[in-house]
Amino acid sequence: MPDASLAPAQRLLAGWGRTDATRALVWTPRRDDEVAELLAGLESPAVIPRGLGRSYGDAAQSAGGTIVDTTLLDHVGEVDANGEVEVGAGTSLDTLVRRMLPQGWFLPVTPGTRQVTVGGAIAADVHGKNHHADGSFARHVTAMTVATPTGVHRVTPTRDPDLFWATAGGMGLTGIVTSARIRMLAISTDRMLVDTDRFADLDAVMTAMEEGDARYRYSVAWVDCSGTARRTRPGGELGPRAGRAVLTRGDHASLEHLRSPELRRAAVTAARVPRPHLRVPRHVPGGLLNRLSIAAFNEAWFRRAPAHREQELQSMWKFFYPLDGVAEWNRLYGPLGFLQYQFAVPPARGDVVHTAIQTLSSHRVPAFLAVLKRFGPSSPGPLSFPIPGWTLALDVPIGPGGVGRCLDRLDEVVAEAGGRVYLAKDSRLRPDVVPIMYPRLEALRAVRLRVDPHGILRSDLARRLDLC
Amino acid sequence: MLDAFGQPQSVVVLGGTSDLAGAIVQALVRRRCRTVVLAGRDDQRLAASASAASAAGAEHVSTVRFDALDVAGAAATVDDAFDAAGAADLVLLAVGVLSHERDELDPARTAEVVTATYSWPATALTRAAARLRAQGYGRIVVLSSVAAVRVRRQNFVYASAKAGLDAFSLGLSEALRGTGVAVQIVRPGRVPTKMTEGLPSAPMSSTPEAVADAVMAGLESGAPVIWVPGAARWAMGLARLVPQALWRRIPG
Repeated sequence: MPDASLAPAQRLLAGWGRTDATRALVWTPRRDDEVAELLAGLESPAVIPRGLGRSYGDAAQSAGGTIVDTTLLDHVGEVDANGEVEVGAGTSLDTLVRRMLPQGWFLPVTPGTRQVTVGGAIAADVHGKNHHADGSFARHVTAMTVATPTGVHRVTPTRDPDLFWATAGGMGLTGIVTSARIRMLAISTDRMLVDTDRFADLDAVMTAMEEGDARYRYSVAWVDCSGTARRTRPGGELGPRAGRAVLTRGDHASLEHLRSPELRRAAVTAARVPRPHLRVPRHVPGGLLNRLSIAAFNEAWFRRAPAHREQELQSMWKFFYPLDGVAEWNRLYGPLGFLQYQFAVPPARGDVVHTAIQTLSSHRVPAFLAVLKRFGPSSPGPLSFPIPGWTLALDVPIGPGGVGRCLDRLDEVVAEAGGRVYLAKDSRLRPDVVPIMYPRLEALRAVRLRVDPHGILRSDLARRLDLC
Repeated sequence: MLDAFGQPQSVVVLGGTSDLAGAIVQALVRRRCRTVVLAGRDDQRLAASASAASAAGAEHVSTVRFDALDVAGAAATVDDAFDAAGAADLVLLAVGVLSHERDELDPARTAEVVTATYSWPATALTRAAARLRAQGYGRIVVLSSVAAVRVRRQNFVYASAKAGLDAFSLGLSEALRGTGVAVQIVRPGRVPTKMTEGLPSAPMSSTPEAVADAVMAGLESGAPVIWVPGAARWAMGLARLVPQALWRRIPG
């Protein structure tokens, strides 16, 4: 039965940060081959795929062009003995987890939300708390089908590796992934064994991470950026609160870690994936998340954490997805929206993490907890974000008051240190720093010349940053 | 494209030789703006404004000539400016002719002021809005005036035309909701510029730089109306309520 909602329609689209919405024709294919047909016969000057719209900025929108909404390409195949499963690119990680968990399989890499599609996870080459151990998402993709303006390609890390890796982290600019084969991770319970440590300052937590991360599959630190550089301390020195941190590290619990009454409930065969129990209303006034409310939240978060606790059994949902319990939480930032600033710097440049927190707190930017973690080796993708070293991510509300210029200066510090800003989260970089941050950008352009000679795969992000 | 702080990479300036436009372009170029298209009447002043934009760091600067009395040519001027820009993230409208008391008895002069301050801008904005809708995004910033809020005797021809443009822009803003295109109106107090040379200084006056700063902050905040100075919002709110008998006695 034809569904009117699937007809191409003009829609105003923004990223998760709800900034710079632009209008485009949204087209929702139901079958993989429709994507190839569309790309072959497209009249509009620009096209880009979009999944669940969790990129913070303008990566999945194309003003005046065409958007391919992939969310109906959500077929999930049968998992084989090696844990490999073929899934449609529009399948959400949430759906994949719901289907795979009862059979004992979990995502090999998961971002902080399950509300992203497999296609989006590949296009942004997302990472999780296990990057130092397991690398980024694309490392666990064994094959994918990419529809391009010059035809459909089935690529693997060995068959057309250039297209495979340019697509991994390529932000949709090398073609539209319609299907991918993913190697899942075998687990036996839905619990995590977690060690938690609280640190009074940034140096202490960074040292602990350098020394101990190798012992854990998952590791992440939450850093409080809300402490102000007090006026009594000339030179913008960090106040006592800025930089304190809570480090959580752990791995999946196996059945022998559980006591007998828990066994039946926690075994994956019986696991229940929770659904959001709260929803933020549509209209939230601006200014709700301000310096005071954020500082209070950070204080509560820090005090709740134990100074030191080992081998605590935690639910994996709380461990991986603390924000998935609240639907549409991005609305909390009010009508002006927000951005997430995430950068990565080499291992020896931990000083940039200090500089970033110091700069933002001395600019009185109301920043929530920042997420700090260590990255392992990069993947070969020319635009794949992770590089070995440190990464820091923090949410920043949009508003006047010089935050934009403050971030511009941080970009220069990051670029000078050999680091980069994450494109999937970006909504404000200057185009001239991008080739410095991503020195292999030309490799992506070379692949585009081959598969998209007329350059129709184009997003607002690509236009803003001169990516192609 | 516009970034998360509403900062454009390309701007089309209608009335590109005005002092206010010049100050705003300087501020835009210091942030993200690389492409500047200036539309103006006077070749020499266009050239001077263009070199000022280049000196500030704009990479692509071009100019378009127009006459604000040629209403029939307004749409073509806008098209030329958009074509020169490629795509316009921001359209800045800074067109208008100030009237003086000596103009009041001259119907031809009244027609000129109204044409240049209301008819041409409204026609041009209509075309610009259509171009931005086709792009799927964009901002329009219209330079209005506090004089548009409550018309004074001294320059009522000009002020009434600005009042018309101000109301037109508010209506256009509503008409464009949901299209990805937004309109912002700037209401500065009197700014001592070429346009006001020879006039006595007025209360709530401002400078081109202060207007530029307020526009930059307004782009970030998305405020539908940008008052310069900010206190003008409250002063003019009161001014609306003052009886005419009292209003005509207030100096300025």
